[in-house]
Amino acid sequence: MPDVLTTPAYRWVGHNPPRKESLEKVTGSAKYLDDLKFEGCLHGKTVRSTVPHGRIKKISFEPGVPWDEFTVVTARDIPGKNVVSLIELDQPFLADGLVRHMAEPVVLLAHPDKGMAEKAVKRVHIEYEELPAILTIEESLAGGNIQYGKDNIFKKYHIQKGDPESVWPKADVVIEGEYWTGPQEQLYIEPQGVVAVASPTGGVTVWGSMQCPFYVHKGLKPLFNLPDDRVRVIYTVTGGGFGGKEEYPTLPAGHAALLSWKAGGRPVKIVYDRMEDMWATTKRHPCKTRVKAAFTKDGKLLALKVDATMDGGAYVTLSTVVLSRGTLHAFGPYACDHVVIDTRAVFTNSPPYGAFRGFGAPQTIFPLELHLHRAACELGIEPHELRRRNLLHQGDRMATGQVMQEETGLEGLMWKAMDESKYLEKTKAYREHNRSSTRIKKGVALALFFHGAGFTGSGEVFLDSKAGLELTRDGAVRILSANTEIGQGSFTTHSQIVAEELRIPYEMVEVAVPDTAVVPNSGPTVASRTCMVVGELLRRAASDLKEVLVKSGALAGNGHTPSEFRAAAGKYLQRFGELKVYSKYKPPPDVSWDDKTYTGSAYAAYAWACYVADLEIDMATYQAQMKDFVAVQEVGRVIHPVIAAGQIEGGVAQAIGWALYEDVALKQGVMQNCQLTNYILPTTADTPPIRVFFYENPYQNGPFGAKGLGELPMDGPAPAIAAAVAFALGDRIIPRIPILPETILDAIS
Amino acid sequence: MKSSIADFAVISPRTLAEALASLRQTPPPVPLAGGTDIMVLLNAGQLEPGVYLNLYSVPELRRPIEVSAGVRDAGTWGAGGADPPGEVRLSALTTYADVRRHAEVRRLLPMLPLAAREIGAVQIQSRATWAGNIANASPAADGVPPLMAYDATVELSSAAGVRQVALSEFYSGYKQTARRPDELITGIRIPVPAPGSIDYFRKVGTRKFQAISKVLLAGLVELGGSREIRKIRLVFASVMPFTYRARKTESVLEGRRLEPGAVSLAVETLRTELKPIDDIRSTARYRLKVACNLLEEFLGTTMGC
Repeated sequence: MPDVLTTPAYRWVGHNPPRKESLEKVTGSAKYLDDLKFEGCLHGKTVRSTVPHGRIKKISFEPGVPWDEFTVVTARDIPGKNVVSLIELDQPFLADGLVRHMAEPVVLLAHPDKGMAEKAVKRVHIEYEELPAILTIEESLAGGNIQYGKDNIFKKYHIQKGDPESVWPKADVVIEGEYWTGPQEQLYIEPQGVVAVASPTGGVTVWGSMQCPFYVHKGLKPLFNLPDDRVRVIYTVTGGGFGGKEEYPTLPAGHAALLSWKAGGRPVKIVYDRMEDMWATTKRHPCKTRVKAAFTKDGKLLALKVDATMDGGAYVTLSTVVLSRGTLHAFGPYACDHVVIDTRAVFTNSPPYGAFRGFGAPQTIFPLELHLHRAACELGIEPHELRRRNLLHQGDRMATGQVMQEETGLEGLMWKAMDESKYLEKTKAYREHNRSSTRIKKGVALALFFHGAGFTGSGEVFLDSKAGLELTRDGAVRILSANTEIGQGSFTTHSQIVAEELRIPYEMVEVAVPDTAVVPNSGPTVASRTCMVVGELLRRAASDLKEVLVKSGALAGNGHTPSEFRAAAGKYLQRFGELKVYSKYKPPPDVSWDDKTYTGSAYAAYAWACYVADLEIDMATYQAQMKDFVAVQEVGRVIHPVIAAGQIEGGVAQAIGWALYEDVALKQGVMQNCQLTNYILPTTADTPPIRVFFYENPYQNGPFGAKGLGELPMDGPAPAIAAAVAFALGDRIIPRIPILPETILDAIS
Repeated sequence: MKSSIADFAVISPRTLAEALASLRQTPPPVPLAGGTDIMVLLNAGQLEPGVYLNLYSVPELRRPIEVSAGVRDAGTWGAGGADPPGEVRLSALTTYADVRRHAEVRRLLPMLPLAAREIGAVQIQSRATWAGNIANASPAADGVPPLMAYDATVELSSAAGVRQVALSEFYSGYKQTARRPDELITGIRIPVPAPGSIDYFRKVGTRKFQAISKVLLAGLVELGGSREIRKIRLVFASVMPFTYRARKTESVLEGRRLEPGAVSLAVETLRTELKPIDDIRSTARYRLKVACNLLEEFLGTTMGC
């Protein structure tokens, strides 16, 4: 049980009711996509490119295969536009003439027999005229080989506060460093999977494992030139996403629908196996960052310059918004008068990098926090003390100009984390130990950070989300929202919020299956927004629903028992037939953002945290082994402490993987270690006890004070771990992750 | 699953004689024991379609672990007591789990359960066999080095008869073994080490458990009076293209007193003896350095006790 440092006065919020979907999952009756049976179903397979850049010269089908039994689709069969509708319209569903990365879909096959479909993939031969490929950020920016726009740059951002250039010559100390964070595979436990039924008469229906049914809906309409109501997307129980099922499912959904369309409306199922999933789908954006910081000799941060470049891969997809979030987290929770942030996302001939928990923020928080650790070492100031001297306080302005309206509480979080981890005792004891021991080196270090909840800047306004509630026939309440349960507990937390607002038992709240034909578009299940933003829409809808019942005279205005509520609902339905109440997103007052100058309030709410990593390095094998981890955070009201702590523990474990184990070995721009035997995730034997502590400072525009927390735990562990490694190695900074044993050996030799 | 099961045929003989007879066909069927290597390839679509020989149906191949008596040595075993154990025999289908559960093997050959517990997870340990690990000839095999360090012998049977091959002589190159296509490994015989022998087993994987080795050392040393190294065996996995016994380093140590000078000489010898591989799991540089560190640790802790 996590430590929550307030006492909730609510019946459901702050308590731990059983999860809405847990019975089905625990008993094995939950139907994941591949469990669904469709009469006459065909199995779809994707033939993918085997060069990073090339012109398709010829597609041939090897004799000896009964091709007449197959449904075969190429770009030429697409009835509408061959383009995935996302931020830009540059990615085709199927390569047409030109391939821009390895594993790009070129030909689709479907057959009633899965084994036949699998075998036939190898019998389709695609000949290419190979073209020069861009495989690194450096090659992309070198010019010469331009494949996107004028300069291979998808997007640039610039934030400017004050004038760092004027500070460098005057400062006591100026410290520079260059950092690298590698790609990472989301590794949801259920691979990508969809089933589609599509025909000119019946329209397109897709079932799938996904985070965002309306993204898929938007992507399929132009592919078939169909209006809104002829495309229907239905969420099926989803075994994890982590961002990997944010934008990607549109591709397999489109593929299955194209095959079904050509096969006369027969259902087509596409389920990737683990190797195809790891080979072809999105990963976290790799990022190279230069940090320059000026200090007084007693550690006051005078100026900060961050220059970050992300590898976006071969199509824009979400890179511009991933970059935006990275940009807006690059300056950290520190007060500094002179800040410049320059960022860019560039084209390479890699499969597009995509959404992954943290969404660009972990990539810029890592270099900043590790740089501050480096600066502390060079200045001879304890790392926590250097942070303390520069923390953002009430009234201070962030680099974007956003004024802190209240205390962040970060200093208190830091002391709590140091206290729980025995940080001060350990730093002393470990220095002592490292002087005498040559076999084991110990390290402990911390990181401070924030994570902005919800879409960036004016993003939530553009999303214009809508969520609602309806009364059911038996007098209960059903949630109508497009937000999906992907293991993070959203069905449960949403139900708690609605039950609390309506003062009815949690068991009287149901959740409708997210189905675009049934639920309103409450926006994507991403960006730590589901509980905070959509939860608040549902709370308001609940408040409105109660008001409607009271005004109709069915419900007393001064409190009710569950049976009184049921009776009131029954009475209302008898009289009016149905009751559906929707609420729409309204931006919080005093929050404004300017997309042109990148100034204003980038996020309406921030979660704040201090994490401490404790590890040791075996000097015979150079393996860093986590020993203890303390995660202290302020996330507003905690709706469900067990789920919230689970989110933090899972995120920390995932970040330990990113920092110490997970190495995406790229060759020709694509992952080559696409098996769980050679892409190394930490197991519970490699992760330490993860000790989670919450502070609650209720946020006035979140449901019962809740803020977002899903991505937060991905941000802090990597820099804390890298700094602890530096501590263990006698202040030797290894500026790139993952820090594998091989990396440590190379660094000390 | 990328392979189609329809492409594979399995023969299930009922006796060893039937199994050995079927191995005389051309091409001979591929012996299938626990299947833990084969299933990975099957799932990845990398297994050659063909005929497989199911060994599970042969009762002679699933005999329990046998511990037989050795020659009585009054000096160490006291007169009038039971005969000392002399040899342990694993059958073709003995699994890692069988060894982990066997109290006497745990006591007599402690490196075997140590290796067994670090191979895969419980599911793999319950299926995978020691003989399969030998036959598969992976340079990263974790079960082979301790067997080789214990000086195990491989019992190879064919329709023509039985022969014994020292495990140390079994490999000659990457996936090159002394087993003829018509032969089956029917047993593994392991002599119990002389009393007072000191062993060392350390697997360095890509993570703590459920990992394939990057470097592994199984060592066994027999010390005489005044710390003279009578016999030493040093066996590495994952460093060379096959399980490698570092004979040059062994011979530098044998006959020498175990002291710091001998340790550094051994490490220097090993550094030139090994020609490590570079692959997706690690680098040659890392393997060489860690192999030397493990040797140093082995000899260092042996000196300490």
